[in-house]
Amino acid sequence: MSIEKPEELVRYREPEELLGFAKDYPAEVELKGRITESLIREISKVKKEPEWMTRLRLKSLELFYKLPMPNWLQGIEMLDLDTMAHYVKPDIELSSSWDDIPKEVREYYEKIGIPELEAKVLHGLSAQYESETIYHKMKKSLEDKGVIMIPMEEAVQKYPDIVKRYFLRIFPPSDHKFAALHGALWSGGVFVYVPKGVRVEAPIEAFFLIGRAFESQFEHTLLIADENSYIYFIEGCTAPMYKGFSFHDGMVELYAHRGAHIRFTTFQNWSKHVINFNNKRAIAEENARVDWVEGSIGSMLTYVYPSTVLRGKGSSSRSVVFTLAKGPYLKDSGSKMFHVAPNTKSRIVNKSISVDGGINVYRGVIRIPYGARNAVSNVECESLILDDKSYAYTYPHNQIEEPTASVSHEATTMRLTEDQIFYLLSRGLDEDDAKNLLIMGFLDELFIEVPFEVAHVLKKVLEIEFEKLGGVG
Amino acid sequence: MLEVKDLHVTVEEKEILKGVNLKVEPGKLVVVMGPNAGGKSTLAYAIMGREGYEVTKGDILFNGESILELGPDERSRLGIFLSVQEPPPLPGVKGSLLVPAVIKKRRGIPMDDKFADIKILREVRPKLELVGLDSSYMGREVNVGFSGGEKKRFELFQALAYDPKIVILDEPDSGLDVDGVKMVARVIDDMRKNGKGVLLITHNPRLLHFITPDEVNVLIDGKIVMTGGLEVAEFVETHGYDKVVTR
Repeated sequence: MSIEKPEELVRYREPEELLGFAKDYPAEVELKGRITESLIREISKVKKEPEWMTRLRLKSLELFYKLPMPNWLQGIEMLDLDTMAHYVKPDIELSSSWDDIPKEVREYYEKIGIPELEAKVLHGLSAQYESETIYHKMKKSLEDKGVIMIPMEEAVQKYPDIVKRYFLRIFPPSDHKFAALHGALWSGGVFVYVPKGVRVEAPIEAFFLIGRAFESQFEHTLLIADENSYIYFIEGCTAPMYKGFSFHDGMVELYAHRGAHIRFTTFQNWSKHVINFNNKRAIAEENARVDWVEGSIGSMLTYVYPSTVLRGKGSSSRSVVFTLAKGPYLKDSGSKMFHVAPNTKSRIVNKSISVDGGINVYRGVIRIPYGARNAVSNVECESLILDDKSYAYTYPHNQIEEPTASVSHEATTMRLTEDQIFYLLSRGLDEDDAKNLLIMGFLDELFIEVPFEVAHVLKKVLEIEFEKLGGVG
Repeated sequence: MLEVKDLHVTVEEKEILKGVNLKVEPGKLVVVMGPNAGGKSTLAYAIMGREGYEVTKGDILFNGESILELGPDERSRLGIFLSVQEPPPLPGVKGSLLVPAVIKKRRGIPMDDKFADIKILREVRPKLELVGLDSSYMGREVNVGFSGGEKKRFELFQALAYDPKIVILDEPDSGLDVDGVKMVARVIDDMRKNGKGVLLITHNPRLLHFITPDEVNVLIDGKIVMTGGLEVAEFVETHGYDKVVTR
């Protein structure tokens, strides 16, 4: 898949600059305060959900109260869930025409260039505002091939058997407290099913926006690629500025059946008013392949760990994660690969840049139990620190029991040296050019690992982020 | 023309250069020789304006105007090129990224003009051959895993590619075999013929077996203690630096 003019994919500015301050848009339903059984039942009622889904929510709620707060999470203590709105249904009818979306809300998407991008390159788009999908459309050509792409709520009603089989089963709510919270409160997101042998070459995108402070967003993306199918899915998110902050606790579940290939790319660009927790996991069956790409640029705090369970023989997964911590913000990331079948392969490339007091933390996991014969995994983790007030920490965790497994791990932390800067200055580049060149050099390998248009977007984003780096270093 | 006048330079509160006078005219090869720690590299860095090399007295003029207030990049764009003794590795930065970026900057072409890169790369290719490198070097990360000799060749290539007016070469022949040294001499001679002023800084006069300089200076303990023609280099080669001091 290639996009002729990748620049059309980006209209990048920092969200604070691009979207400005939040404009309040009225909610039809707003549920806030302590997360109780009656609050959960109320959400379920508003959504007219079947009983099984209500039960699933309540079971997750029980787990949420039972599970301990993950002790490795830094900064999350500032989040007081009892004061947040957990479900906000905007007063907007779901539509497949942008004309139906109220101007104030539509403008957000227009400023980011989403409708334009949709017209030019996307084969499907689902846009969520607060807790609900407000816009949804898929190209007819995909419909004709039997591809299903519908809001998650609709899938619960229309395809209960498929949803039951996968939903919260790839990523069980029992995993940790925030997965359980997500299970209890999930709302919005998209369901995609790609039939056997069908290839969705042009990307499908889901875009999420949180319009105001003290609100939580729990969208759920479930993507099932049947045997030998292919799908390229892009996920994006952003937010305007507000007084206070909001909370995002989304979940992505991917299932790649035998021989299928899923390419899942995220551009995270929340404003600095969002605490961003992600739950991302894929299962790959025999000879299937899952490629994660995560470009994590914005937010106040981000926790993101794309994970793949390599369940089938010969399955493979690659996770390329780039995190930028610019300013007094935290990015806590790390890919996880669980090799539970023979001849499975995984590759992790993680690159982070810390600047202006930013902190990057990497926590990766490679697990190869007995029996995963000839499993191969290689991990490259590189951190670039641009000044003395910024930090990067690496906590890799490998559990290798299988003697025939081959695992390599490289972790390096780099700083730009005065030697390098002077060298480039002496060639005639100014300080900003010199730093940009060294940063682009640092990321060069990353650009090779990701699709062309994704590399292009990342480069553009970084050019703008680093336009004024003069005082740094 | 580059002119260094009564230059005093302090590094980390220690005076390294104690009144150096020097002129490099277009089309001339001026050599500064001297023992280690005599101030040769300090002279090069001070001319380039490196941070930490503080000029406490004297002046550096380029075409008659003081450049002391200019940063290294501005001096470079005026036309002064420095090939440092130990060029640092630039991980991930390939020659095909660095060289077009530098040339675009020097010519005022916008950095995001990617089409210019292709033209520039085609244009500089013959210069790579002049220093004995094939075009695969442009695809390598600059100075990463380069041998000493490869580093020197790539520096010399850049000196040709960026088309400066004054070229300062700090130990351009270290790490090269005799054929490499001959190549360096040939390239310097070409530069001179093309009207460039070359300031050659070296500990070892070996290179001067293959090229005749216009002027040779001996720099010891921050001062130029001897100036002349090739005979100065021959004297040093025969008697060593100790004799220069006592003479």
